[in-house]
Amino acid sequence: MSRVGDPERLEVHIKRKAYRSAAGGRLEVLGEFSIAVANGEVGALVGPSGCGKTTLLRIIVGLDSDFEGTVQLPAHGRLGIVFQEPRLLPWRSVEENVRLAAPQASDASLNALFATLGLAEHRRHYPGELSLGLARRVALARAFAVEPELLVLDEPFVSLDAELAARLRAELAELVARGPVTTLLVSHNVDEVIGLADRVFLLSGNPARVLADVPIQNPRSTRTADEVALIRNELSRKAAAVSS
Amino acid sequence: MNLALRLASIALLLVLWFAGSQFAGPRLLPGPQAVGLAILAEARSGALAFNLGITLLRVAVSFSIAMALGSVIGLVMGRVQLADRIGDPWLVLLLNLPALVIIVLAYIWAGLTETAALAAVVLNKLPLATVTVREGVRALDRNLDEMAAVFRMSPWKRLRHVVLPQLAPYLSAAARSGLSLVWKIVLIVELLGRPNGVGFEIGVAFQLFDVTRILAYALAFVAVMLGIETFLMQPFERYVSRWRPRTA
Repeated sequence: MSRVGDPERLEVHIKRKAYRSAAGGRLEVLGEFSIAVANGEVGALVGPSGCGKTTLLRIIVGLDSDFEGTVQLPAHGRLGIVFQEPRLLPWRSVEENVRLAAPQASDASLNALFATLGLAEHRRHYPGELSLGLARRVALARAFAVEPELLVLDEPFVSLDAELAARLRAELAELVARGPVTTLLVSHNVDEVIGLADRVFLLSGNPARVLADVPIQNPRSTRTADEVALIRNELSRKAAAVSS
Repeated sequence: MNLALRLASIALLLVLWFAGSQFAGPRLLPGPQAVGLAILAEARSGALAFNLGITLLRVAVSFSIAMALGSVIGLVMGRVQLADRIGDPWLVLLLNLPALVIIVLAYIWAGLTETAALAAVVLNKLPLATVTVREGVRALDRNLDEMAAVFRMSPWKRLRHVVLPQLAPYLSAAARSGLSLVWKIVLIVELLGRPNGVGFEIGVAFQLFDVTRILAYALAFVAVMLGIETFLMQPFERYVSRWRPRTA
C-alpha cells in the first residue's frame, strides 16, 4: 500500500470545475472529486459519455488550469498522453512524430516499441497514409517513447472494430506491464477496462463524482474469463447500489 | 502534351503580336523581331545585365524584409488579441494607402535615397503579408498545440514542426502574390527617384517614345521573374507539401 502524500503517486482533488455556458449560466462538470492512483498502478475512470472525464484529464495534464483544487503528479511529472484522436503531425513521418515528442529515446528502445506495436514497416510513412487503427498505434508509441511517469489515455480505442481494439488492448497491457507505469485510462466501456485496470473508479453523470473506488486484486496476466465476469458483476452491482 | 500546349499558346501570342505590329506600325508597337534584337543589343553592351541585376537586388531585399517582418507581425497579431486590436487600424490604413502616395512621401521625407526607395516598397508589401499570415495563425489547429504542450516540446520545436508547416500554404500564397507586387512597385520607385534599374530605363525610354526599349526591358524582366517562379517558388512549394497524399 502506498502512503498518503507519497510523491510517487497521482493524487487529484477537485472542489469544483464549471464552464460558463453560451446562454450565460454555469454548467458544473466536476464537484468534490478525489482520486489517487499508486505508483505503477493502472487506474480506470468509467462513466457515462459526456460526464466530464475528458475535462478531468485535461486538468491533470495541465491543459486546463481554470478549476478549484489540487493535482499532484508522480515525481518529475513526465507525461505521455493518448488523446481520443491520434493528433499526429501530418507533415512528419511516423518516426519523426515519435522522436519529436521523445527526443531522448534510444534507437534500441524505439525499435522495440515499433516492433511491439507492429509499426516497423510504417516508420517512414506519413500519417495521411495510415488507417485510423495504425494512427492510434503511433499515438500509443509516441506516449510510451517518452517513458512517462504518468500515462494518460483518453478512450484510446474508441471507433475501432472490436477485434482490433482487443488486440491493441493486449499490446497496451504488455507495454504497461513492462514499464511499469502509473496509468490513467478513461473509458465508457466497462469491458474495455476490466482486462487492464488495477483499480476502477465508477463515475456518476454531471457533475461527475466518484461513485465507487474498486480495487482489483488479481494481477492482469492471471485473470481468467470467470474472474473477469465476476469483476464485471461486482462493478455493475456497485454502480446500481450507489445510484439507487 | 502539357508542354506542347504551353508552346502553342506562346506561339499564338507571338503571332498576335506580329499581326498587331503590322497593323499599328513599328513606332507604336514594334514586332517581336525588333524587340528581340533590342534585347540582344542591350545585353551585349552590358546595360541589360546591370539594370536587371540592380532591380532584382532591390526586389530581393525589399521582398525579404517585407516577408520577414510581415510574418512576425502576423504571427503576433494572430496569437495576441491585444496586438491585433492595436495593430488592425494601422493595417487597414496601410492596406488602403495608394502605393504612389507611400512612394512620394518616402522620397519627400527621406530624400531620393536607396533607403527611402526600399522602405516605400516594404511598406507597400508589408500589410498584405501580415494579413495573410495572421489568417493562417488564426486557422492553426489547437489540438496539435495541446499535444505539443503536453509533450513539453520547446518553443523552437513547436514553431518549426507544429506551427510553420501549418502556415506554409499561407506563407507561399503571401510570397507568390508578394513577389509580383513587389517587382511592379520597385519599377515605379525606380522611375520616380532612382538613377538606374529597369524602372529608370523604362522612364527614359518613355521620354524618348522608344517603345522597343520599353518592351525589351519589360519582357527581359518578366523572363527573369518567370525563372524565379519556376525554379525557386514551385520546387519549394512541392517540398513543403510533400507529405500530402497524392491521387495516384
